[in-house]
Amino acid sequence: MKEPLVRIRDLVVTYKTRAGEVRAVDGVSLDIYPSEVLGLVGESGCGKSTLGTALLRLVRHPGRIVGGEIWFDGRNLLALSEEEMRRLRGAHISMIFQDPMTSLNPLQRISDHVVETIRTHKPEVSEEEARKQAAELIDRLGIMAERLDDYPHQLSGGMRQRVMIGLALALRADLIIADEPTTSLDVIVEAQFLDLLKELQEEFGLTILLITHNIGVVAQLADRVAVMYAAKLVELADVEPLFEKPLHPYTQALLASVPNIRLEGDTLKIMHGSPPDLIHPPPGCRFHPRCPQAFDRCAREEPPLKEIRPRRWVACWLYDTEHQTQNPESGTQDP
Amino acid sequence: MSNANLVEVRGLRKWFPVQRSFIERLVTRQREFVRAVDGVDFEIRQGEVFGLAGESGSGKTTTGRLILRLTEPTEGQILFQGVDLASLGEEEMRQMRRHMQAIFQDPYASLNPRMKIGDAIGHSLEIFGIAKGEEKRERVLEMMERVGLTPPSILYEKYPHQLSGGQRQRAVIARALILQPDLVVADEPIAMADVSVRALLLELMRELKEEFNLTYLFITHDLATAKYICNRIAVMYLGKIVEMGPLRKVYQAPLHPYTQALLAAVPVPDPKFRRTQPMPKGEIPSPINPPPGCRFHPRCPVAEPICSQEEPALVEVEPDHHVACHLVKR
Repeated sequence: MKEPLVRIRDLVVTYKTRAGEVRAVDGVSLDIYPSEVLGLVGESGCGKSTLGTALLRLVRHPGRIVGGEIWFDGRNLLALSEEEMRRLRGAHISMIFQDPMTSLNPLQRISDHVVETIRTHKPEVSEEEARKQAAELIDRLGIMAERLDDYPHQLSGGMRQRVMIGLALALRADLIIADEPTTSLDVIVEAQFLDLLKELQEEFGLTILLITHNIGVVAQLADRVAVMYAAKLVELADVEPLFEKPLHPYTQALLASVPNIRLEGDTLKIMHGSPPDLIHPPPGCRFHPRCPQAFDRCAREEPPLKEIRPRRWVACWLYDTEHQTQNPESGTQDP
Repeated sequence: MSNANLVEVRGLRKWFPVQRSFIERLVTRQREFVRAVDGVDFEIRQGEVFGLAGESGSGKTTTGRLILRLTEPTEGQILFQGVDLASLGEEEMRQMRRHMQAIFQDPYASLNPRMKIGDAIGHSLEIFGIAKGEEKRERVLEMMERVGLTPPSILYEKYPHQLSGGQRQRAVIARALILQPDLVVADEPIAMADVSVRALLLELMRELKEEFNLTYLFITHDLATAKYICNRIAVMYLGKIVEMGPLRKVYQAPLHPYTQALLAAVPVPDPKFRRTQPMPKGEIPSPINPPPGCRFHPRCPVAEPICSQEEPALVEVEPDHHVACHLVKR
């Protein structure tokens, strides 16, 4: 087994609000391995985007990382100086947001963005050589060469997202954090972009943290999936077993409520209630007030995220060994 | 479901003039238009959910606005319960609006931030002189209860910002239904909600439709969601309908290459599924100068010479299933 590229331990991020302190990420531990696509899913407000920005130490005011550790390639990011962190962001970690306009300089041509990035990574490359490389890269992304001299606003949303991937490639970024990269794209453009991303990921062995609410996108792209609910990680597993047999009742309810165009039938399972207020989260398991399988212990004690069998993590008392009699996962059906 | 038509749309066009600068006006005489809706015909049958699907720029939202007469058509006819909407005067149209209501994507934008939820829901009862005071309150509370805004007497006093996104969308639904309309035009009504809330709102809309005998025009970019609510569907591309028919037929055996691509592009929540169909190249071209012939031909994987020369008409290829493609045999 490879060493993880990123190792997050007991991360806590809070936002100060007038109503009180919101713990947006509350004790999350997670590893990201080289060359994997880790999907991070959950509904709005679950803390998935905050986790992504925390990795870059870019949590916005009034948010603050108040606890835990983030190890990147052997270095503790929370111990780096602001200057060291800035260099790391520029050279090793790329971020792709829902709206690429926020990350592209509106006054700079596409070619200049790419050339500048290539030369940041390799200062010894001449301007001319960098231009040649930029043209090759743009071609590889399926953008016509004549668009190189366009400004960001002249490109469509899909093309801008391709440019963002191109910049990450030019940088040879060790980690790409993609936060809802296809959410603003139309469905055909989204499919084109996902095809390209998958191709490049396999070709270059990219490591991607894919943050999204779109369960379909995660199913198509991720190798492993982490599910967040109310600031906690509730389940973590390889993509196929997770979709085949979700263990956490929240994951079960979430997957059952997703429309699937390939399936017969026209009813969706409904999840009742709404996520808790993170200023006053419920005691015990945060999902217990909505959980159809909750029992007394769930309201009292918080279940830890445990590896109940290799590569299968879940935070739920149903899978606790002391709770074997009620355990719906008796282990006999395991290969 | 009866076969009577609640709405009939005939040859509907909406061209928006392109804004030009002073210099441009001096240099060229030619005016340019965005052909948002460029000749569509369809009907919405009493009691059905008619879906209008397409990507951004397809003209689906403009079509919805034209039916509500929130914008005036450039050409064409809209008959509502057999009455030509264009023939109505302002007051007659105002009365007609009681029978057609809208639900838009962003509930926050469609609720007055300074009006209490209960007053917002009941506002139209006062406007149309149907109920006021205590009677209005009673009706509003009843409707709030029905759409799941509970406890109604407490939520009645709240302002939009004090509700969750899902509750706000329920309030917008309650407001649309309180006049007991015949037609509800729902434009991406659940697009902003979270996955779990979407399922809930979709189910609510289905229940209310049965209970209040409604007819929906359901406008969406999300074909997976459309599958759970629509009876018939029309797929739009660059201001035109390219395919229209019963949902099952269109989804199981789409005939137009664009419909095929659109359906294949929807991300499937199953990691074992691998899409085999290649995606069409490029993106939707500008609706200012749409391609000649079939508008999809520059991106179409099976286009033939005729496709760039002649515009295909929307023809019925089997009962109730219409398609606009030269290559589909009748």
